[in-house]
Amino acid sequence: MLLRHTTEKEIDRKALTINPAKTCQPVGAMYAALGVHGCLPHSHGSQGCCSYHRSALTRHYKEPVMAATSSFTEGSSVFGGQANLLQAIGTIFSVYDPDIIAVHSTCLSETIGDDLKQIVAKANADGKVPDGKHVIEASTPSYVGSHVTGYHNMLQSIVQHFAIKTDEAKRQVNLLAGWVEPSDMRELKRISKMMGIKTVLVPDTSDVLDAPMTGKFEMYPKGGTTIPELVSMGDSMKTVAIGEWATKGAAIALDNNCKVPFDMLDLPIGVKATDRFIMSLSKAGAVAVPEEIDRERGRLVDMITDMHQYFYGKRVALFGDPDQLLPLCEFLLDLDMVPAYVVSGTPGKTFGKRMKEIFGDKIDQVKFKNGANADMFQLHQWIKQEGVDLLIGNTYGKYIALDEKIPFLRMGFPIVDRVGHSYFPTLGYMGGIRILEKILDLLMQYQDENSPEEKVELVM
Amino acid sequence: MSKYIKDRTPQIVTIGEDQHDLACEKKSAAGSVSQRACVFCGSRVVLYPIADALHLVHGPIGCAAYTWDIRGAMSSGPQLHRLSFSTDLREKDVVFGGEKKLYSALTELIESYKPEAVFIYSTCIVGVIGDDVEAVARRLSNETGVDVLPVMSEGFKGTKKDGYKAACDALMKLVGTDDNYLPPKYSINILGDFNLAGELWILAEYYKRIGVEIIACLTGDGRVEQVRKCHKASLNVVQCSGSMMHVAKEMEKKYDIPFKKVSYFGIEDMSDALYEVAQHFNDPELMANARTLVSEEIAKLIPALQPYRQKLEGKKAAIYVGGAFKAISLVKALRLLGMQTVVVGSQTGNKDDYNLLQKICDKGTVIVDDSNPNELSDFVKQTGADLFIGGVKERPIAYKLGLGFCDHNHERKEALAGFVGMLNFAKEVYASVCSPVWKFIQK
Repeated sequence: MLLRHTTEKEIDRKALTINPAKTCQPVGAMYAALGVHGCLPHSHGSQGCCSYHRSALTRHYKEPVMAATSSFTEGSSVFGGQANLLQAIGTIFSVYDPDIIAVHSTCLSETIGDDLKQIVAKANADGKVPDGKHVIEASTPSYVGSHVTGYHNMLQSIVQHFAIKTDEAKRQVNLLAGWVEPSDMRELKRISKMMGIKTVLVPDTSDVLDAPMTGKFEMYPKGGTTIPELVSMGDSMKTVAIGEWATKGAAIALDNNCKVPFDMLDLPIGVKATDRFIMSLSKAGAVAVPEEIDRERGRLVDMITDMHQYFYGKRVALFGDPDQLLPLCEFLLDLDMVPAYVVSGTPGKTFGKRMKEIFGDKIDQVKFKNGANADMFQLHQWIKQEGVDLLIGNTYGKYIALDEKIPFLRMGFPIVDRVGHSYFPTLGYMGGIRILEKILDLLMQYQDENSPEEKVELVM
Repeated sequence: MSKYIKDRTPQIVTIGEDQHDLACEKKSAAGSVSQRACVFCGSRVVLYPIADALHLVHGPIGCAAYTWDIRGAMSSGPQLHRLSFSTDLREKDVVFGGEKKLYSALTELIESYKPEAVFIYSTCIVGVIGDDVEAVARRLSNETGVDVLPVMSEGFKGTKKDGYKAACDALMKLVGTDDNYLPPKYSINILGDFNLAGELWILAEYYKRIGVEIIACLTGDGRVEQVRKCHKASLNVVQCSGSMMHVAKEMEKKYDIPFKKVSYFGIEDMSDALYEVAQHFNDPELMANARTLVSEEIAKLIPALQPYRQKLEGKKAAIYVGGAFKAISLVKALRLLGMQTVVVGSQTGNKDDYNLLQKICDKGTVIVDDSNPNELSDFVKQTGADLFIGGVKERPIAYKLGLGFCDHNHERKEALAGFVGMLNFAKEVYASVCSPVWKFIQK
C-alpha cells in the first residue's frame, strides 16, 4: 500500500500539491525544440534543471536527449546570467555545431530578471551567431502554467522566428502538433499523405526521439522540421492546430504575422475528434476525404460495435494534460463509458467550459478539476469515495492502480515503466483502435483474473 | 567544429600519454552538455530514503516532480518518502514570497501525517526570493514539537556535492537527539548506502553473521529514530564517501567516533569491509567469523562466476558515474571478470580518487572529469569499449553506439553490493555485452 496515507475524506488544502499531475515549463520547451531538425535546446539556469529535463525525457522516450545549460552559479544569480548565456552560445556553436540553439528560461533566470530577447540580440550583434545559424528564445518560468505551457511557448517562438510571408503562396497546410508521441507525429504525416495534402508539421519529433539503431551516436538525428520548412509556413494556405493548450500561441502568431488563418482543434483522439480533424484538413487542403480513410474509420467503428457491450457503464478516472483529456473524455462517452473523475494539474479556464460542452447533460456524472491543487492525491481521494473500473494516466498512476486494484492504461507523459508507447500512435482512427484494444485487454484480463472458476468464459 | 570544449583539456588524461595531473572540482563551462546535476539534486538523493520523514520541496512544481520516487531506495516499513509534496510556488508567491504558503502547507501536513521529522528542501528560486526557510522551520518545530529541518539546497549554489553537504548538515541536526539509547556491544553505522535494490539488507546480514549490529544506515531504509541514536555506535563505516564524509568527520569531532572508508562492491573490497570492521573491535571471534563468512561466500561465488568470466574475458569497459570512488571498485570488479577498463570518469570526482584511478588503470586508459556525450562517445569509439557503465542519461547513448550497458546509479535494478551482488553484476554485464541484439548492428 504505497499510498496508504491517502485519506478518503477530502482535506481542505490551501497551499500544497501532493503527487502532482503536471510538471514545469522548461521540459516542454525542451521537447518542442527537439522536434526541429539540427536544434540544440539550451536551458538558461542551474545545471540541475537541464539534467532533470534530459533525464525525464530520456526515461520516457528511451533515446539520447541532448541539451546544453548555462551552468548558473551563485555569481550568475547575483550579477545576472548574461555573461553565461553569451559564453554558452559561443561554446555551443564551436563545439556542438547545431543549426539552431533554442534557449528557454527557468524559474531562476526569470526571477533574477534576465531578458533573453536582449541577450540573444546582443549575441547576434556581437557576432557570436555564425551566418545561417539561429538562436531563438522562449520565456518559460516554472512557476507559471505547466510543462504544456512551456511546449506552447517554445512552439510559438519557433514559428515566430522562422515563418515569413513572401509573395509566393504555397499549396500547403501548416500542422501544429500538441504534445504527443513521436509515433503520433508520424501518424499525422501518414494521414496527410493519404489525403494528398502537403503539410508542414511542427514540431516533429519522429526520427528524433524514436530514431532507428545505426550503431552511431548522432547529436542531431535525421528527424525534425527543417529550417526551409519552417520559413515556408508563412506562405501556407491554412494552419490546422491540434491541442489548444499546446499550439494556440503559434497558430495566432502565424495568423498575426503572416495572415495564415487557422482552425483550432482538439487532438484527434477517438472518432469525433478525428472526424473534425479530417474534415478540417480536407477543407484546408481543398481535397476530398479518400476512401482509404473512410475505411479506417469504418474499422474503428466496427470494433466499437463488436465490443460495445463491454464498455457500457464502466467508470473511468483520468489524469494528464487537457489536450489529451478533453478528446479522450469525448471518446469514452462515445464508448458509453463514464469518465467519472478527471484531473489535470495544468491550469486554464477553458478546461471547465470544454468539459461542460463535451459532457452536456451528462455533466453531473463527472467530478473534474484542473490547475491549483488538482493533483493525484485529489484524484485518489475521489476514487476512494466511489471506485472506478479503469484508470488512465502516466506511470505515476501505478501507485493508485496497485493500491486500489484498478486496471490501469498508461497514457500521457511520463511513462517510465513500460516501453512501446512511443512507437504506436493514439491519434487518428488507427490510434483509436489501439486505445480500444488496450482498454479491452485490461477490462477482460481483469474479468478473467477476478471471475470465480465456474464463471470463467473462454469466448468473450 | 572543434571536438572538445577548449578549456577542458586539463580535465582529460590518457594514462601513459599525458603528463599533467587531472584537473577536477571545477565549474562546468557554460554551454556544455554536462551530465551533472545541481545542489538540490544532491540533497534530495541523500535524504530521500529516510522513509518515515516527510520530504517537502519548497519551490515550483518541477523540482518535486523530477525527484518523485526516482531513487529506487527501498523501505522495509513506511512509504511516506514515496509521496511527492511540494509548495508548488506560483507567480504570486514569487512576487510576495512563499513563507506563508510554506508555513500553511507544513501545518496541514504535520497535522495529517504526524511524521517523525520533516525535511524542507530549498530550491533555486527560494534562495533568490529570500524566503527565510530556517525561521519557518524553527517556528513549526516549536509549535508542533516535530523536528522540522531546513535543507539549504538552492540549486545554483554549487554542484551536487554541495547538496550532499547540505543534506549532511540537516542530518547532523538529528544525530544525537536520543541520548538514552544503550547500544549493543559491537555496533556500527553504515554511511552512504541508499538501499538500492535492497543492498543494505545484504550487508546487514553479513554484519550480523560476524557479530556486529548496525544502529543506523544513513540513509538507506532510513528511520528518524535511528538517526537520533546513531551517535552511540562505535564505528562509522563510510561507503559513499562523496556524500557522507562530512557526517563521518563531524561525528568523529563531536562524538569521537572513528570512521573507515569502505566499498561493498567486488570480492576484494567487500571482504576488506568486513575485515576492517572486525579488526576495529579487536575481538578474535569477530575476525574468525569474518574469515569464515568470506571463505564460504567466495567458495560459492567463484565457480558461479566462472561461466560469465569465460565469455567476458578480454572485453573492454567504459565507466562514467557520479562519484569517482565507486569507479575504483568497479575497475577492480571488472578485472575479476577478466575485463579491462579503458575509459573512466565521473561528474564530481576529487583529486585523491582520480590519482588512485590513474594508479590502478592500465596504460591507454582515458580518465576524464565532468565529461559530456560527445567526448564519451569519442572515447568509447577510440578505445573500442564493449560495455558502458553509467546512469540514466548515458544508457541510450551507449545503446546507440551498440554497446552493452550496466546502470550503476539510480535506476539500478540489481543489487550489486556484497558477494551476491558481484554475481548479479557479472550476470548483468554478461547479459548486456553478449546480447544477441548487437549482431544486428553495423558499427
